[in-house]
Amino acid sequence: MSTTFSWNLARDLALIWQYAFERHAFEAGTVIAIVAGVIGYFVVLRQSSFAAHALSHIGFAGAAGAVLMGLQPLWGLLAFTSGGGVAMAALGRRAAGRDVQIGTVLAFMLGLGALFMSLYKGYATEAYSILFGQIVGISQQAVLVTVAAGLALLAAVAVMYRPLLLSSLDEDVAEARGLPTFGLGAAFMLLIAIAVSIAVQIVGVLLIFALMVTPAAAAHRMARRPARGILISVVIALLATWSGIFISFFLPVNASFFIVTITFAVYSAVRTWQWVRK
Amino acid sequence: MMENDVISAAGLAAGYERLEVWRDANFSVGRGEFVAVLGPNGAGKTTLFRLLLGLDKPLQGALTIFGRPPSRGNQRIGYVPQRHAIASELRLEAVELVRFGLIGNRWGFGRMGQGRDEALAALRAVGAADLARRPLGALSGGELQRIFFAEALVGRPDLLLLDEPLANLDIRREADFVQWVNTIVHSRGITALLIAHNINPLLPVLDRVIYVANGRVMTGRPSDILTTQSLSDLYGIPVEVVKDSRGRIAIIGTEDPAHHHEHDL
Repeated sequence: MSTTFSWNLARDLALIWQYAFERHAFEAGTVIAIVAGVIGYFVVLRQSSFAAHALSHIGFAGAAGAVLMGLQPLWGLLAFTSGGGVAMAALGRRAAGRDVQIGTVLAFMLGLGALFMSLYKGYATEAYSILFGQIVGISQQAVLVTVAAGLALLAAVAVMYRPLLLSSLDEDVAEARGLPTFGLGAAFMLLIAIAVSIAVQIVGVLLIFALMVTPAAAAHRMARRPARGILISVVIALLATWSGIFISFFLPVNASFFIVTITFAVYSAVRTWQWVRK
Repeated sequence: MMENDVISAAGLAAGYERLEVWRDANFSVGRGEFVAVLGPNGAGKTTLFRLLLGLDKPLQGALTIFGRPPSRGNQRIGYVPQRHAIASELRLEAVELVRFGLIGNRWGFGRMGQGRDEALAALRAVGAADLARRPLGALSGGELQRIFFAEALVGRPDLLLLDEPLANLDIRREADFVQWVNTIVHSRGITALLIAHNINPLLPVLDRVIYVANGRVMTGRPSDILTTQSLSDLYGIPVEVVKDSRGRIAIIGTEDPAHHHEHDL
């Protein structure tokens, strides 16, 4: 069977499905897109997109450090983003307006990553895949970790759903109503950290916005109710991820390029449509 | 403490760590009273609200609400904070904010549309039913204030704490907002404390004033507190309360002409 695109989508999918690494990519990608769509909705609502961006850069240092020590990058990502997320929550009490604290930590962590990468004598492809994602490099074990982390994240969001929404919209009221707003903020930073860590496998640290922010930002513009917004955000992230993996099989270009392009196109289309309607 | 007291303070002092903001506050607020909390910036008006909400502890003295010490998450209090973070891009519809004001303190996902009827009823009660479906980011300052008011009312509280709801409203919307609060206070027999900088729109409806300044708290009827004599005593410097032809008042500091400032009252 040839590996060229045939316009017969069923045949093309069957072809892709023969390869274990592509199956892993679809499995992990599906979980990551759902998680990123859900968490991303709250990231945009809480105006924490810079924090998500910074966490992925902090993760770069962790991933590079893990590679240097001969470990899976995912473990370094999880360790550094979680630590960074909790530190960010502790540094600034309120959800918005933390850009100075966050930027300070971000710059230092990128520097650390640069140090680890220059100490690492292996292949430059490792650095490239951390920065831009490498969908075909996901192992069976990484898929299992991704599924477990994804389920845990979705369960945590389900438990925190109503308090997280109120504290995102009106933190002072949430505090007065007896909610642990600081704990909620810190817990949410931890959720972003884990979501970023698993999403980096697909889009890399530099393109994390493509899954964690852009689909949710488009959804926020389309939906006036939270549940609907979350659903739209997930659908955009899923379509972009599936299409990206699919197209990259037939073209010699990284899947993350197609994912970021598709989400950008959707976001731009929504903005344009709203601008025209005005 | 009187049977009817909603709030009772005796020898109350407030502050943060070792910094005392005010002391020796003795007052009570009865059921159904509409009270203005006045005073210059930084005098400790919001601090009083934080004590009532159970978010901070008094440095000294006794404070009770409905006969009990304040505790966080008191369902009998409806609160409109001074700060809000509604981004102009936020497309969420207004009724959702009110809805989550009701159900947001419960854990879990809840069922779809839970609390929507109550939220719509609260919006109707403040004359904002027509704003229910509008995106929050597209609302004007006055419209948003109405939504926050509905959010405070949706749990059917017995005490309203409104922190500077009149800030950023023009004169006409100030008067409208005060009328809505007054209507709710009287029709439901609930108590309202409202922090304000400008007392004039409140004068026709107020039952009582809590004036916080110079580390002290003074309470009484507006006609007793807002006088040259009382306020000079409170500030510890000569100030003058002047009235214009329509009864509107202004408080003017008279001690140092170089630093002459008018409290925007």
